Amino acid sequence: MAKTIGSASCEALIIGGSAGSLDVLLEIFPALRTDICFPIVIVVHRKANNESLLTDLLKSRTLLAVGEAEEKEFLTPGKVFIAPADYHMLIEEDRSISLDYSEKVNYSRPSIDVTFQSAAEVFKEKLVCILLSGSNSDGVEGLKSVNNFGGTVVIQNPDTAVMPYMPQQAVLNVMPHVILDSRNMADYINKLND
Amino acid sequence: MIDNEQVEILLNDVLENHGYDFLEYSHASIKRRIIRLYGLDNFVSFAEFRYTVRTDKQYFKRFLEEITVNVTEMFRDPSFYKSLRNDVLPVLGTYPFIRIWVAGCSTGEEAYSLAIVLKELNLLHKSLIYATDINPSVLEKAKKGMFPLTYLKQYSENYRQSGGLKDFSAYYTANYSLAKFDESLNRKMIFSTHNLVSDHSFNEFQLILCRNVLIYFDKELQHKVFNLFDGSIEKLGYLALGSKESLEFWPKAKEYKRIKMEKIWRKL
Repeated sequence: MAKTIGSASCEALIIGGSAGSLDVLLEIFPALRTDICFPIVIVVHRKANNESLLTDLLKSRTLLAVGEAEEKEFLTPGKVFIAPADYHMLIEEDRSISLDYSEKVNYSRPSIDVTFQSAAEVFKEKLVCILLSGSNSDGVEGLKSVNNFGGTVVIQNPDTAVMPYMPQQAVLNVMPHVILDSRNMADYINKLND
Repeated sequence: MIDNEQVEILLNDVLENHGYDFLEYSHASIKRRIIRLYGLDNFVSFAEFRYTVRTDKQYFKRFLEEITVNVTEMFRDPSFYKSLRNDVLPVLGTYPFIRIWVAGCSTGEEAYSLAIVLKELNLLHKSLIYATDINPSVLEKAKKGMFPLTYLKQYSENYRQSGGLKDFSAYYTANYSLAKFDESLNRKMIFSTHNLVSDHSFNEFQLILCRNVLIYFDKELQHKVFNLFDGSIEKLGYLALGSKESLEFWPKAKEYKRIKMEKIWRKL
């Protein structure tokens, strides 16, 4: 399973998180380099009604373009796409975004599994997925797909997670390439650029 | 696991044997629905699945119901319904007769929400709501106007946030685990199958509601459906879409004016 970090050049980074993940994102974002050459997708569980809050918070922490993902929009390098509240977000073969209002998965919409799974098949070994803090097991099945298609699986060290259950489940069920403390994440992401 | 090629094969079979065209649906979504159904129904091989979908009429009913997304809500996006209540329906109220098309109505929650607002504005008596869907079995449910009681707390909260002032429970009677909505509401509804992909315009409307349907279509199909709607909306009529859908990239979009911040456009 040993794999050099960033060995296959990254064409998409997806970060999934639930309870306790916002703090990690707010720690990562100010430290991101601004010439990131791949798209970053954020899938975070949250209430359906406070739509722009997460987008506004992340926007204020980086010079990268940050926006809520629009239906049929293409994933472009150097931009941050936030999965909208109450929709699943899928990636098409042509790297455009499809939104989907189907049944919740793991009691969640957006579900991290749904986005990880569809992206795994599209980006294969050029995909990096990071799973953060949370208190359900969404993301675990998705990370398995990422592994199957040769992508890179990164999990937040459960000891540094506010809600360790989600990363713990992932560590138990999926062979991660990397386990990272939250404070080392920005550095890891910046190096994916090289 | 089912791959892209097999999805293509299956969808071609469905078109050829049953006349439903899903080839222009967003690929990632429909593929996920297909894989989900394959897993739910414990098929052991793609060949078996394909054969069943092709030849078993009864199973095809289920296929159609599961492959399309039938998740909906009453008063979904309260601010949208507030805008209908305050900005759109009062304008339509000046007409002698109001024709509304709810396209892709699924199990009918939006049609009943609309009927409630019309009733409160004292317009329901001169309105007619055409509620259509590709799928005959969801229309059967819609006609009954019975929704799971467990959702009613959320619906009544949505209703209140949308500017509803009455006691929401006045509109239904609880019947075991279901809430049966008042028959005065669906007396003004006409339910019919209609396939946005292959069927034509069938009337002229002052308002078309089509929310969270177009997200499942690819861009070309979306534009075809916008053209169909364009041919079915009267001058100065309205088109309402889901919260993440937009007319923006459709060539004729400039002939429509957006209402405030909502996904509602008025034909100029």
